[in-house]
Amino acid sequence: MTWYAIIGALEQGLVYGIMVLGVYLTFRVLDFPDLTVDGSLPLGAAVSAVAITKGVDPFASILLAACAGFAAGMVTALLNTKLKILHLLASILTMIALYSINIRIMDGPNVSLLGASTVLDPFMAAGTAGYVVAPVMYGLLAVLITGGIVWFLHTELGQAMLATGDNPQMIRSLGVNTHHIIIIGVGLSNALVAVSGALVAQNQGASDVNMGIGTIIAGLASVILGETVFGSTGVTRTCIAVLLGSVLYRLAIAMALGLKLGNFAVTPSDLNLITALLVVLALMAPGIKRKFGGRAK
Amino acid sequence: MIQLKQFTKYFHRDGVDQVLALDGIDLGVQKGDFISIIGSNGAGKSTLLNGLAGTYAPDDGQILFGGKDIGQWPEHRRATFIGRVFQDPLMGTCGALTVEQNLALAKRRGKRRGFALGVKKEDRQLFEDRLKELGLGLENRLGDRVGLLSGGQRQALTMLMATVIPPQVLLLDEHTAALDPKTARQILDLTRKIIDDRHLTTLMVTHNMRIAIQMGNRLIMLHHGKIILDIKGEEKRSLTQEELVARFYDRQKKEDMLTDRMLLG
Repeated sequence: MTWYAIIGALEQGLVYGIMVLGVYLTFRVLDFPDLTVDGSLPLGAAVSAVAITKGVDPFASILLAACAGFAAGMVTALLNTKLKILHLLASILTMIALYSINIRIMDGPNVSLLGASTVLDPFMAAGTAGYVVAPVMYGLLAVLITGGIVWFLHTELGQAMLATGDNPQMIRSLGVNTHHIIIIGVGLSNALVAVSGALVAQNQGASDVNMGIGTIIAGLASVILGETVFGSTGVTRTCIAVLLGSVLYRLAIAMALGLKLGNFAVTPSDLNLITALLVVLALMAPGIKRKFGGRAK
Repeated sequence: MIQLKQFTKYFHRDGVDQVLALDGIDLGVQKGDFISIIGSNGAGKSTLLNGLAGTYAPDDGQILFGGKDIGQWPEHRRATFIGRVFQDPLMGTCGALTVEQNLALAKRRGKRRGFALGVKKEDRQLFEDRLKELGLGLENRLGDRVGLLSGGQRQALTMLMATVIPPQVLLLDEHTAALDPKTARQILDLTRKIIDDRHLTTLMVTHNMRIAIQMGNRLIMLHHGKIILDIKGEEKRSLTQEELVARFYDRQKKEDMLTDRMLLG
């Protein structure tokens, strides 16, 4: 693996790490499997890209993306809580609806950002090389957001959210409207995913309606990988673990892509298979550790 | 304080397996009452408690609380004045959170939850003092996850959580039924102590006639969704187990004969 590939994987791991934190919020904290993310990632990308081409500041465009993502998450949560649609189905409905909406927003299947300004511009201007600025900048942002989530989960509201996922009956009997908590939680999760999508679009120089495919699987793989490798005792540790899990996941993918066995070379179309294998391996890990005498936790 | 009027609840309404769980219950609860509720399986004891707590709205009738009909209020809204302890020790606490985090959640029962830290420094002393009263050594385990505690410890913690903000009504749903006899006795002693100390209005469902006789100032027996016995005051104080059993079978026979006669007639 070349340095170039490693830095690239690190960069991607950090950018998508923000999405992974969102998936952690729904999947683990709220116990709400949410497939909306496959739609809200390109939604964030679309909103940000269109805003930038219309002359909006790149940073402001990310805020707009976050709002759009929050709204998408709210729709899923409302379908689930108010209309009593199963969470999985509710999220799939929002996801496919977003496909059409994203094309409407972009007025086509994609928007190019070539030559447009991005959040990295102010730092590039100082003359630092792009391959240094991007990982550092995304790393800072990812760490900042991780810190924010850790803080949030320790607030009264965040604690109520953790309890809603763990024991809804109990927290209702303590006077919490679990519907509101689910709406806020799924909204927040998708806001993070949209921010991640916006950054990806600015990083890749384009927003595409199909860029969200497989987001949920990548997110789950990162969460499970991170928890397995770095542990999941306590909220703070788990949040850091899932962010690192995201980097680890992208490194594993980059490594697999560089794999050549004789005439056989892994192609990007094999990524889904590799992801599935990675998830299975990560899920099996605790059992394997026990079997081979390692002290499993 | 609480007035149930013709409180009626069906399960599987309009289905082939429709069950009339509560058949027009009329019940007035005075402030400071400690009512134990007994009855055979399926008599409607838990349904009555869940109905009060707001797990579902009544199919018919009213629940008046301080003169207001709260029948349509959702569970979380009623929780502002109701404290609950469930039969399953796992139900009342959050296993993934620590002892102090659970208590902090309970301390904000009925209040708005915002962006202040969940566990506040100034609350720790209160939590420690309250936990010390339990005599289970939990005051040294504030930072331990509740999932690590035993069933009895969790139930004791739930008792604390339900009463850390004194509720206007405390609902106990067979809260010692899932515990071993020794732990059950401890929790009952704790229950009595907390209720006496804080003068809580309480409704307690139990399967155990002895407990129902020993505890509380009033005893209600449910059968097929109706109140068939309501014993209070001096009568309740002098009640013996034999007498209660005798009256139970007597009433039950009458009720069943009545239904049989209605069916056959």
